[in-house]
Amino acid sequence: MPGTIIETDKLTKIYNGYRAVNELTLSIEEGEVFGLLGPNGAGKTTTILMLMGLTEPSSGTVRIAGYDSTREPLQVKRIVGYLPDQVGFYENRTALENLVFTARLNGITEEEARKSADELLDTVGLSEVKNKKVGTFSRGMRQRLGLADVLIKNPKIIILDEPTIGIDPKGVNDFLALIKSLSRERGITVLLSSHLLNQVQKICDRVGIFIKGNLKAVGKIEELAGELLKEGNIEIRIVVKEEPNEEIAEKVKALSGVSELTADKREMRIVAREDLSSPIAKLLIDSGFSLLHLSTKEYSLEDVYEFYYGGGVADGEAS
Amino acid sequence: MEKQVSPFAVLVQKEIGDYIYSWKFLILLGIILLTTIGSIITILSLIKDYAANIDLENSFLFLNLFTASDGNLPPFISIISFLGPIMGLALGFDVINVERNRGTISRVLAQPIPRDYFINSKFVAALMVIAVSIFSIGFLIMGFSILTLGIYPTLDELLRIIFFLLFTCFYIAFWLNLGILFSTVFRQSATSALAGLAVWLFYTVFYSMIMNLIGNAIYNSQADTSLFLTRMNRLSPIGLYTELTTILLTPSIRATGVLSFEQLFGALPSTLPFSQSLLLVWPHVCGLIAATFICFAIAYLIFMREEIRA
Ligand SMILES: Nc1ncnc2c1ncn2[C@@H]1O[C@H](COP(=O)(O)OP(=O)(O)O)[C@@H](O)[C@H]1O
Ligand SMILES: [Mg+2]
Repeated sequence: MPGTIIETDKLTKIYNGYRAVNELTLSIEEGEVFGLLGPNGAGKTTTILMLMGLTEPSSGTVRIAGYDSTREPLQVKRIVGYLPDQVGFYENRTALENLVFTARLNGITEEEARKSADELLDTVGLSEVKNKKVGTFSRGMRQRLGLADVLIKNPKIIILDEPTIGIDPKGVNDFLALIKSLSRERGITVLLSSHLLNQVQKICDRVGIFIKGNLKAVGKIEELAGELLKEGNIEIRIVVKEEPNEEIAEKVKALSGVSELTADKREMRIVAREDLSSPIAKLLIDSGFSLLHLSTKEYSLEDVYEFYYGGGVADGEAS
Repeated sequence: MEKQVSPFAVLVQKEIGDYIYSWKFLILLGIILLTTIGSIITILSLIKDYAANIDLENSFLFLNLFTASDGNLPPFISIISFLGPIMGLALGFDVINVERNRGTISRVLAQPIPRDYFINSKFVAALMVIAVSIFSIGFLIMGFSILTLGIYPTLDELLRIIFFLLFTCFYIAFWLNLGILFSTVFRQSATSALAGLAVWLFYTVFYSMIMNLIGNAIYNSQADTSLFLTRMNRLSPIGLYTELTTILLTPSIRATGVLSFEQLFGALPSTLPFSQSLLLVWPHVCGLIAATFICFAIAYLIFMREEIRA
């Protein structure tokens, strides 16, 4: 059984009185792909910087593969590859030179560095432009080069901060698939942060939803959705000609599968566990109401995220 | 098996490569070389014109190559005291902030190297580039002169020149570290370049003007004022360097500052041996080194404490 490889305990970072990360307690298993999901300003980058030992926590601890990131940052950096959100390369050097430079900073000999840089550039699909200066690269190419750069030290863990920002949709899919397959083939633990649920959903085994420095929920996406959608995942909106009375409301509520009903003048909103639009319509018509509008909407995972996101965005941006 | 190179050496190597292939360095070196060649050629022709009158034993001919001028082109020491700061600042003003703005710094610091390697390697690399340039220029001047004049420097002269070149490196290193300091303080490289130039301009143009005004206002006697000016001059890196090089390359200067008649009484009008000249400039050298390290220490502390966010 794989063990825990990243572990934080009540990790907190305070910037001039503002809690950018608040008592984060999280553990990530070896070999899993974990997504840190949260809107801008949630504290994802701050968390990652503390994991890497690039900034000191105000309180709490981080352990990566048994090393304390604050006290033994070099040990941590030896086994963790980090792709910052705005990754930068030496523009007047070639892709290959940039990679070899990183490799040599990790104590790899020049000869070996060239060999593995060549292989990695092939893996990320940049072998044709390996001798071109990075200055000419597009955003997507830079991200792929960034991935190669992170992998060249042969890491146990890779941490990717918003890796898909600025890549076109097709590129994003390829990129995510690449990350997923690398993780599977090499058994690398991946921690990636994103503000886009659909991307996290595609490749992450588990997700932590992070808002305003607080970890709101952690788990498999389906579990998170299930928890939130206990009430039902179908919303039915009905508008009738005549204002509905108490009696009909009770009757609708009594239908099996309906968990919530709110009525406002001639409009009813019903939350149900399954699509009950036809039985409800039948009931209303039989009771002498005329239907003006009926629509159903299925809650998706976006709505789950939105639910948590809710207050988070507005105050998050204000601060 | 190839040997494993220490990460620090890898960083320094990369920095040196960056400098050598950068336009800014090539242009600077070009300017310095051109003015130097101009200056040396005029002096050499001057020396040839007066060749008959020169007393080879006592003239310190070789030192004149660095200090003499025909009035049109400045002597080498003036060229360096003027352009050296520009060179130092140009090599230093963007070392940290450019890496921060491009986001390369967080990638490098995510590698298993101590954080201070980053700033130290910049300092070491720039210093090496400066030293190699200055010594090459110095030896080029000497070589060229030996070829054209057919005479060799004495050991005393050679030592003086070598130490002069060494102290010149310290002087440029001071400006380099001022540049590095500004590059850690200011996020924009344009701002740090301007800040560096402002300091340079202040010391080249305004400092002596202001000190003159103050001196004349405080003191009544001419002697007091000039003593004050000599002292204040040493608070300016440019003044310090000028005094240092003048003493070092002019063996007939026997003391720093203004001497009273009593002190001068009985002194023989002879030249100082090299070791005595060196003793005379020792405080200046220490001053320059101290100023250099103060700048670097502040930059170092700021750099080590700040958070690296892409
Ligand atoms: N150096 C800093 N000083 C003060 N506040 C900061 C600093 N860095 C980040 N913050 C604040 O911390 C919060 C979290 O930022 P960050 O971790 O970058 O969020 P995310 O990466 O999730 O978008 C933000 O509200 C931001 O304004
Ligand atoms: Mg971020």
